Amino acid sequence: MELLNTIPWMLIASSVAKTLFLIFLVVLPIVSYTVYAERRVSALIQDRLGPNRTGFPISLFGFKKDLQLFLGGLGQPVADAVKFLLKEEFTPAHVNKFYFWLAPVLAMVPALSTLAVLPFGNYLFGQKMVVADVNVGILYVFAIASIGVYGIVLAGWSSNSKYPFLGGIRASSQMISYELSLGLSAVPVLMIIGNLNLSDAIQYQIDNGWLLLPFTDGKLTLREFLLWIPVLISFIVFTISMFAETNRLPFDLPESETELVAGYHTEYSAMKFALFFLGEYAAMIAGSSIIVVLFLGGWHVPLLPINTLESSMTPGGIALGFLHITAFFAKVIGILIFFIWVRWTLPRFRFDQLMKLGWLYLFEIALVNIFITAGIIALVK
Amino acid sequence: MSPILFWIFAALMLAFGVSVVVNRDPVASALSLVASFLCLAALFVGLDAFFIGVIQVLVYAGAVMVLFLFIIMLLDLKAEKRRHFNKLALAGGALVTAGFVAGLVRVLSLYPAGNQPFPPLGVAKLDDVRQVGMTLFSNFNLPFQTVGVLVLVASVGVIVLSRRELK
Repeated sequence: MELLNTIPWMLIASSVAKTLFLIFLVVLPIVSYTVYAERRVSALIQDRLGPNRTGFPISLFGFKKDLQLFLGGLGQPVADAVKFLLKEEFTPAHVNKFYFWLAPVLAMVPALSTLAVLPFGNYLFGQKMVVADVNVGILYVFAIASIGVYGIVLAGWSSNSKYPFLGGIRASSQMISYELSLGLSAVPVLMIIGNLNLSDAIQYQIDNGWLLLPFTDGKLTLREFLLWIPVLISFIVFTISMFAETNRLPFDLPESETELVAGYHTEYSAMKFALFFLGEYAAMIAGSSIIVVLFLGGWHVPLLPINTLESSMTPGGIALGFLHITAFFAKVIGILIFFIWVRWTLPRFRFDQLMKLGWLYLFEIALVNIFITAGIIALVK
Repeated sequence: MSPILFWIFAALMLAFGVSVVVNRDPVASALSLVASFLCLAALFVGLDAFFIGVIQVLVYAGAVMVLFLFIIMLLDLKAEKRRHFNKLALAGGALVTAGFVAGLVRVLSLYPAGNQPFPPLGVAKLDDVRQVGMTLFSNFNLPFQTVGVLVLVASVGVIVLSRRELK
């Protein structure tokens, strides 16, 4: 009985509620509609139409036509999901069964676990909108992201065939290499903020203007102006490394269709393949969210009032709370569109070019950038 | 930390630790070690030592073990063959282990302070990253820099050794 009383039931309940809200009502819908956006935007760039036919099948319930909302084709992600669930779950005979089953799970879980420390809103219903407000925020994200490589490596290895194996090897060397520049490019930001906690990072940007746009608080001091230079450099390095970490084009060597069929998930079908797909897009969302939190002020909107813990129970506070959450995910979607745009604009790198870029340029730039930031912080008050 | 969580993660950690040794398949051993590291990190987090927990995951589970797994897969190591053990060697091993356990129990029973619950720290939010950094760069600055130089020497040595054939 005494043991049961030590368990903080309220905390667990609110954390579970926030996690369910974040994953099932926000992130997974964004994932499925990012796939849709990917196809529509690529079609736009290549002067095609893309999937514009699938509506919501209300004709099954006796209506004359399927429901087509404003864009057309908005039922496509739902249809895709149903297709993945209904397809044959085929396991080739030559694979290493246990790891073959384990790999998709290991690809999906880290991508979703990253979301735990993201402050995706201010206050709502008397709760802070972050699942775990830990003081190591950004380090937690890097740690979990570094776990994500296991899913891909195991998928490539357990498939027991050459193209998946090559894809797995490429993925792991690429992710290990770019983790360095990713971590180092975040250091200047952390030096400026002086804290690893992501909520504090947003609070700093509310007080001093967003790091990437330091004039959003209405003033621009000399220090802010000088620090703008290293922040811009680290933003560029961070974003490029994020592309490599999430295996997105122009760095999608692990699954480059022209050389490796489909890379590490060649042997996968149906829902197991879909888990890799979801994991990749969830990792993209997590990466974009980190960019938004570190550089673009998180849920903060200039000139919009900020609700507090007390006011978040009143109707106005609730509306503001939802506005903050909307603002956060609007920024995330903006970054996602940028990811898609880059994918359909730039050609793929060669593998040695990719390694050269990571080790010879981005790594050194990020390292020098730390010294520049330190110099500016030390000299200009 | 809730004692329930402590027991769960401690039991899991030990189970995976045993599985590292018992497993004949090197990939299974490596993955068990990763799982064991993750449970250890969970124990650190349960003690509010978030920084050490996260570093445990970042360095050991995320970097060192990925390289291990990478090498195991590249070399395509097959499962080890079951060896026959010498009965005498087994008995000797058991004796030594029993001796060590007995010694450990004796030492722990002679240390009553180890049985007392540690008083709570009394701070709501421990800023452990800042404290670790401050301690490293003020009290232990020289050893820290020395270790840095040592690591640099080691990595230069690795590059020199691996480049030798190219000439």
